[in-house]
Amino acid sequence: MHLKNLELIQFKNYPKVQVEFSEEVNCFFGENGAGKTNLLDAIHYLCLTRSALLPLDSYHVMHGKEFFTIKGDFESHQQPLSVNCVFESSKKKRISLNGKPYQRLSEHIGLLPLVLIAPDDTLMINGGSEERRKFFDGMISQTDSHYLQLLIRYQHYLKQRNALLKRFAEEKRTDKAQLLPYDTQLVSLSQAIFEKRAAFLTEFFPYFADHYRAISGEKESVSISHESQVRKDNFSQSFAQSLERDVLLKRTHFGIHKDDYLFRLDKHPLKKFGSQGQKKSFLISLKLAQFFIFKMIKGTKPLLLLDDIFDKLDDRRIFHLMDRVARKEFGQLFITDARPERSKEILRNIQADTRYFTIKNNRILADESN
Amino acid sequence: MNFSSKLIENAVTEISRLPGIGKKTALRLTLHLLKQKAPVTSALTEALIKLRNEIRYCAICHNVADKEVCSICESTKRDKSLICVVEDLPDVLALENTNQYSGLYHVLGGVISPIQGIGPDEINIASLMQRILHPPSGTPVEEVILALPATMEGDTTSFFITRKLKDHGVGVSTIARGIPVGSELEYTDEITLGRSILSRIKYSAE
Repeated sequence: MHLKNLELIQFKNYPKVQVEFSEEVNCFFGENGAGKTNLLDAIHYLCLTRSALLPLDSYHVMHGKEFFTIKGDFESHQQPLSVNCVFESSKKKRISLNGKPYQRLSEHIGLLPLVLIAPDDTLMINGGSEERRKFFDGMISQTDSHYLQLLIRYQHYLKQRNALLKRFAEEKRTDKAQLLPYDTQLVSLSQAIFEKRAAFLTEFFPYFADHYRAISGEKESVSISHESQVRKDNFSQSFAQSLERDVLLKRTHFGIHKDDYLFRLDKHPLKKFGSQGQKKSFLISLKLAQFFIFKMIKGTKPLLLLDDIFDKLDDRRIFHLMDRVARKEFGQLFITDARPERSKEILRNIQADTRYFTIKNNRILADESN
Repeated sequence: MNFSSKLIENAVTEISRLPGIGKKTALRLTLHLLKQKAPVTSALTEALIKLRNEIRYCAICHNVADKEVCSICESTKRDKSLICVVEDLPDVLALENTNQYSGLYHVLGGVISPIQGIGPDEINIASLMQRILHPPSGTPVEEVILALPATMEGDTTSFFITRKLKDHGVGVSTIARGIPVGSELEYTDEITLGRSILSRIKYSAE
C-alpha cells in the first residue's frame, strides 16, 4: 500500500500545500521548526484518525483559523482509497473514505496500517506503563477491530465508575447496587482484553526477538512479559475486594488499565540496567516487529515514517535499517531530517525511487534533482 | 443582524432559541406571522401559554397528561400487567405508533450516567419500584419490558433495574436488537450484526 499524494489546508503551519509522493522513499528536509514532523503527523491522521503528537484536534488548526482539512489518495491491494479528514473548531471531526463519511471513526483504524519511529519512542522504556500500553493497544487495534471496540467500552465504563466513586466520596456514602453494573462489565471486559493482549504478545514476541538479535549482534537474551492483575487466581473476587480502596482513592485501581509490559535483558529490567545502545536496539526492534507483524496480518506493507531518527541512531543501527530498505523489505518510506547532506549520503547507494523535498516558509518544494 | 424595529428583534431572538432554528429562519417565521391576520398569531401564542401552564405529567408513569393520570394509564383497554420502561417522552410516541403494544409505560426521564451527575435517584426509578410493588390499578405486574437506548448508559440502567427487580417475582425482558427491516446485511454495522447473530431466534415457518 502507498500514499500517492497529500493536500493540507490550514493544518498546523501549512496554509495550503499539495505534494505528490514517490512510491518508495520520500525525504523531507528543513530547519528545526519548519514543519517536517507536522507533515508526518498529517499522514498519521489519515491512517489512524488522530495525531501522533497531541490528542486535541484543535491544536492542529493553523493559528487564527477555524478549521483544517487533510486529504490523501492511497492505493491498497490495487484499490484506490481516498481519505478526507476535516476538523472545524467546536464541531466533530469528520473522516470520509471515497466520499463516504464514517459513522464511527474507529471503523477506519486498521484499514491503512502505519508504523512511526520517532524520537519520543524512548518514553516506552523510560516512561510509565501507560506508554507501553499505548504502543501495544495501538498495535492490537490496528490488527483486530473487535479489540478496539472492547477497549472503547472498557474506558467508557471505567470513566462512569470513577465518576460514581467521586460522587460517593462527596456524599459520604457508598451504594454497591449502583456500582454493580459497572463492576460486572469491567470484570468481563478485563478478561476479554487480557486474553487478546496475551495472545498478541505470544505472536509478536518471536518477531521482536529475531530483530533484536539481528540488530544488536549481541548474545544477551531479551524478554517482554505482560503483567496483569487479571492473572490473579480469582480476578472478580479481587476486584470486589478492592472496593474499599477504590472508594478511598476515588478511582478504580484494579483492572486491565493497570497492565504493564516489562522489558528485560538477561532477566534484568531494561530501564535500569540497559545501556543507551541496548535501549535503542530494543526500540528499533519493537518497531520493526510491529512493521513485519502488520505486513503478515494485513498482507500489505504498512507505511513507515521515520521522524528525525538519523540524529538519534548510530551508524550501525542506521546501516541495519538501510540494508532492509535496499533489500526492498519496506514499502513506502517517509523520512525527515534537518541535515540534507546526511540523508543524501545514507540513501546514495540505495537503488530506490527517492524523492527529496525541502520545507521552507510553510511550503513544500520538490528538489530539482528529483 | 440589524433590525429597524426592536419588536422584531425580540421576536427573532426568542424564536431562534428553539432547537434547529437559526437567526434567518427565525426572521422568516417572524415576518410570516406579521403578515397573518391577528387571530392566527394569537391562536399560536394561546396554545403555547396553555401548553406551558396546563401541561401535567402523569402521577403514575410520568408521561405527558392533561389530568393527574394520563390517558394510557387510565384506559381500561390497556393490559395493566405489562410495563414498558422508556427513557423519554418521544419513545412513548414511537412505540404507540407501532400499534403493537397495549400495555402501560414508565418514563424514566433519563438514563444513569455518573459523568453527567445522573444517578438512580435523579430518574424515575423509585416510582417504578413503587408501582410494581403496589400496583395502583390493583392488577399485579407480571412483566417489565426494558426499551432503553442501545448505548452503554442504556445497558447500565437496564442492568440496575433488573437487579432491583430480581427478588420481586416480576419477569424482565428487553426489546430485541438487530437488523432494521428492509436493510441488507452487508450494510449493517458490525456491532449490530454481531449482537444479532449472538441473540438469534428460532425461525417459525408456521
